[in-house]
Amino acid sequence: MKRLIRLSWRRFFLTALMTVAMTAAAGTALAGGTLRVASMGEPASLDPHKVSGTWENYVVGDMFVGLTTENPKAEPIPGVAESWTVSEDGKTYTFKLRQSSWSDGTPMTANDFVFSMQRILDPETAAEYASLLYIIEGAEAVNKGEAKPESLSVKALDDQTLEIKLTGPAPYFLALLTHYTAYPVPKHVIEKVGKEWTKPQNMVVNGPYKLVEWIPNTHVKLTKNDKYWDAESLSLDNLTFYTQEDRAAVQKRFRAGEIDVAMDFASDQIGWLRKNLPNETRIAPYMGIYYYPINSSVEPFTDVRIRKALSMAINREAIVDKVLKTGELAAYSFVPPGVAYYDKPSEVDWKDVPFGERQKMAKDLLAEAGYGPDNPLEFTLRYNTSENHKRIAVAVVSMWKAIGVKAELFNSEVKVHYADLKQGDFQVARAGWIADYNDAQNFLYLLETRTGANNYGRYSNPEYDQLMLDAEVTSDLQKRGEMMRKAEMLAMRDQPVIPIYHYVSKNLVSQKVVGFEDNPQDIHRWRYVSLK
Amino acid sequence: MTAEPFKRDGLAGLEEAEFVKGRSLWQDARRRLFSNKAAVASMIFLAIVVLMAVLAPLLSPWAFDDPDWGYDFPGPPNLELKHWFGTDGNGRDLFVRTLYGARISLLVGIIATSVSLLIGVTYGATAGFIGGRTDNIMMRIVDILYSLPFMFFVILLMVIFGRNIFLIFVALGAVEWLTMARIVRGQALSVKKKEFIEAAHAVGVSGAKIITRHIIPNVLGPVIVYMTLTIPQVILTESFLSFLGLGVQEPLTSWGVLISEGAKQMESAPWMLIFPALFLAVTLFCFNFIGDGLRDALDPKDR
Amino acid sequence: MLAYAIRRLLSAIPTLFIIITLAFFMMRLAPGGPFDREKQLPPEIEANILRAYNLDKPVHEQYFDYLKNILKGDFGPSYKYLDFTVTDLIMTGFPVSLRLGLYAIVLAVIFGVSAGTIAALKQNSTFDYLVMGFAMTGIVIPNFVMAPLLALIFGVYLSLLPVAGWGGGALKYQILPVITLALPQIAYIARLTRGSMVEVMNSNFIRTARAKGLAEKTVVVRHALRGGLLPVVSYLGPATAAVITGSVVIESIFDVPGIGRYFVNGALNRDYPVVMGVVIFYAVLIIVLNLLVDLVYGFLDPRVKVE
Repeated sequence: MKRLIRLSWRRFFLTALMTVAMTAAAGTALAGGTLRVASMGEPASLDPHKVSGTWENYVVGDMFVGLTTENPKAEPIPGVAESWTVSEDGKTYTFKLRQSSWSDGTPMTANDFVFSMQRILDPETAAEYASLLYIIEGAEAVNKGEAKPESLSVKALDDQTLEIKLTGPAPYFLALLTHYTAYPVPKHVIEKVGKEWTKPQNMVVNGPYKLVEWIPNTHVKLTKNDKYWDAESLSLDNLTFYTQEDRAAVQKRFRAGEIDVAMDFASDQIGWLRKNLPNETRIAPYMGIYYYPINSSVEPFTDVRIRKALSMAINREAIVDKVLKTGELAAYSFVPPGVAYYDKPSEVDWKDVPFGERQKMAKDLLAEAGYGPDNPLEFTLRYNTSENHKRIAVAVVSMWKAIGVKAELFNSEVKVHYADLKQGDFQVARAGWIADYNDAQNFLYLLETRTGANNYGRYSNPEYDQLMLDAEVTSDLQKRGEMMRKAEMLAMRDQPVIPIYHYVSKNLVSQKVVGFEDNPQDIHRWRYVSLK
Repeated sequence: MTAEPFKRDGLAGLEEAEFVKGRSLWQDARRRLFSNKAAVASMIFLAIVVLMAVLAPLLSPWAFDDPDWGYDFPGPPNLELKHWFGTDGNGRDLFVRTLYGARISLLVGIIATSVSLLIGVTYGATAGFIGGRTDNIMMRIVDILYSLPFMFFVILLMVIFGRNIFLIFVALGAVEWLTMARIVRGQALSVKKKEFIEAAHAVGVSGAKIITRHIIPNVLGPVIVYMTLTIPQVILTESFLSFLGLGVQEPLTSWGVLISEGAKQMESAPWMLIFPALFLAVTLFCFNFIGDGLRDALDPKDR
Repeated sequence: MLAYAIRRLLSAIPTLFIIITLAFFMMRLAPGGPFDREKQLPPEIEANILRAYNLDKPVHEQYFDYLKNILKGDFGPSYKYLDFTVTDLIMTGFPVSLRLGLYAIVLAVIFGVSAGTIAALKQNSTFDYLVMGFAMTGIVIPNFVMAPLLALIFGVYLSLLPVAGWGGGALKYQILPVITLALPQIAYIARLTRGSMVEVMNSNFIRTARAKGLAEKTVVVRHALRGGLLPVVSYLGPATAAVITGSVVIESIFDVPGIGRYFVNGALNRDYPVVMGVVIFYAVLIIVLNLLVDLVYGFLDPRVKVE
């Protein structure tokens, strides 16, 4: 007997209904028009299997629709799959696809999804983000070249039925399927023209908007896809994405009315923005953590007292209030609050100790470890080039100075920074992580031994690893959450990373724009948006 | 300009004559320079800036790398708190940082230009003096290097060798020496043909002595002028590198870094841009006016 | 003259070859590769990617492959703009940069030569200082300050011009970028002109022209300028190349799709093929421009024989 998992029918039906209602309401506001969006970065590609950044997501995310897709609040709702069932053990999903077609009229079938999943995992494709799908049985082996793509456990039972088997129960799987790595790509076009399939004359999509023109470093232009199954609900006729990265210039363009939505703004402008554009400035909690990994394998950072002291001596509130000022949340845990099935993240036990006392405790810890005024702790703090990273690092270094630690600042450009982090060539460095999907595992796996390079500090705690392994095979969401919380507790005790703050999303949205809803993943699908 | 009459007693007098003639040339030039009001004013301004930079720690109670947690980040100029230029995005006093920035910017300008001077003059004088095939090959190399996009190679050097401030000097100097070499070589070639060189040759003065005692003093004029005009260029190049994020490491700062930060906040925190930019502009103006003055002063054809 | 031109171009080929080799190997000295990023790639994916781009082969093999390819006209794919080849990027970027650069140079020559000549004629007067001082604002205000300032004033406050964008090349989008590009060049050209005109105006043949009774304007325009402009012409060769390719700041602040960004961002992104492409492109540009300059020089200065 197949059991339905938490994301129940009722909830989906209600969400879908609300979505339709909201869209209809929005749709009755003046329909049509062109929305001009500053997506804040040039896409590396329009092929969903080749992209890996938020800026590409803004463009590609309305050209294709996966098995599930997002509603205006970025919650997963049915996409190409109109319904599904899940097995008792949570490892087998069977999707029933709706009748739909590609933008050239070719009907969409389950085979398109089989082809797409095999393609992104095929080592020949060299897709950067393929590892996100390793939860699918056989995916890792295929991507490593150890098995043929056909061995992937994604099978078309018939034209409208797709079956996917997972390696373990993953409550986040339906949310994961909204991610662009799981988008379908047109087999019939790719087999014909290969790499050229993303050129405007060839490109075929299954989403609400299709490609008109892409001039590199200028703009990407999309227009309504009439073959989209829900095309009547679409308000905007056209979308133009400007890819400029200079945030000061983008802000000026917004003020001059040349842009309707800017997906980022410079934090140091917040004072000015709150005063002059209060209704257009949108700040919301954003699922990510800004932290300083410590290289726990080099002396003296093998000593937990030193790591703890460094973490305690940072006045996160001062950083958030004075340096950032955009309402970020001081972080005392690794996982941000508000993550699905994870009510309260585990925080450090000294969170509520007043700062002055913490400084003293930190100095004492350092003294215990053998460091003091006549033997100051000296090391290098690395960060990659960016205004914010610099200001936070400067502030932190001055806080460490207050407890007698001499930290030298070392700024390198992003390639060098991450190359060195990969080699473990650092002592303390700056890093950040934005969630790929709404689940604590996406954060906590960064501290597992088997994770490799993304565990920058190479923290290795067998107890932690075991807890995470156990959680992976537990289908009871309560128990699973508990196990992960216990693991997080270990990490907060050991402080292999110093959490600094949890992100906020920063957007500028013109008052003419309707349907742009703040959400913790900062995902905004333009199909729900209209212009007043 | 009058020269002392030739002393006809012996051939040694020729060398003597040359020296006497040279000295009055310099005096003449100095007179002309100091009558150039813009140049004089510039020299005074520059001296003030240098003095302020050297005396920076004495001129303000704030350290250049300590945030003032009690005040706004960034905060406008505030006389009570002794933040005469205000504070930057990290709450650090801008007046002190502008002066420390002066140190770095001026140092970079002078040292990089000196590096380019050293390489360029040696290279150019040698090529010009030796002449012939060696000159051809040496200048060919310069032509090839000229065909490289400078900015790209500076960036590459910065990226390969890290952000050591010493390497910034070397990288910038290594890129600017080409024009210096060309100028020096041109001068060396034309001076080489002059009669007094032939005379010195005839007398038996060694090649090395000819280069150091005769060619270089005559070449020095354009070289000095070029130097005073290169320094501002180097300072600007350093500020461009800072804009790209490749400048000096924190907590050190330069005008380039300060201005890049200020430009991003020109509306919300204009003091962050105005003060360092003013210092930069004035300094660059000074160097340019001094350079122009020197050129006018040293140019023999000028009335 | 044609023979001369062809000879010059042919002799530039070894130069080009050396430059290609230098750039190729220097790029690879830089630490970090094109695919290093915050979300580190699992080793098997990284291996896949390196293999797909032939980056797993030994460096000298990559070098010879590259040479073979460019002889066929294939400059390779971009590692950052995955859907475009280097040729695509340069072909879309160059016309934009060319347009902006040429307009800027023309503007700079007009204003710079005028300012410099007037200053030279009224040497050491307050007028001289004023004109030169004004001209020099182009040098003392870095372009990454001038650009946002102009955008703020004309785009936001006065709403006269667009803040940024290319708009398919419509004139209003070009005004601010061209002005920002031109301002430093106006300054340099003004200085060069002034310096050289001062020299020329004091020379013998000008005295002769005046003695002949010619009007001052004729003296200046018909006689002095011809010689006085020589240093400016020499300067224009590399200056034009620099303006066309060095506009990374203008491109990022005004969101203009030129090729200047590829020089800087190409190096920072370790986008090897793009970097190689623009380095070669720049070298060819310089060679051609230097040739043009020498030809014009020969035309202006009858003492110089172009043979």
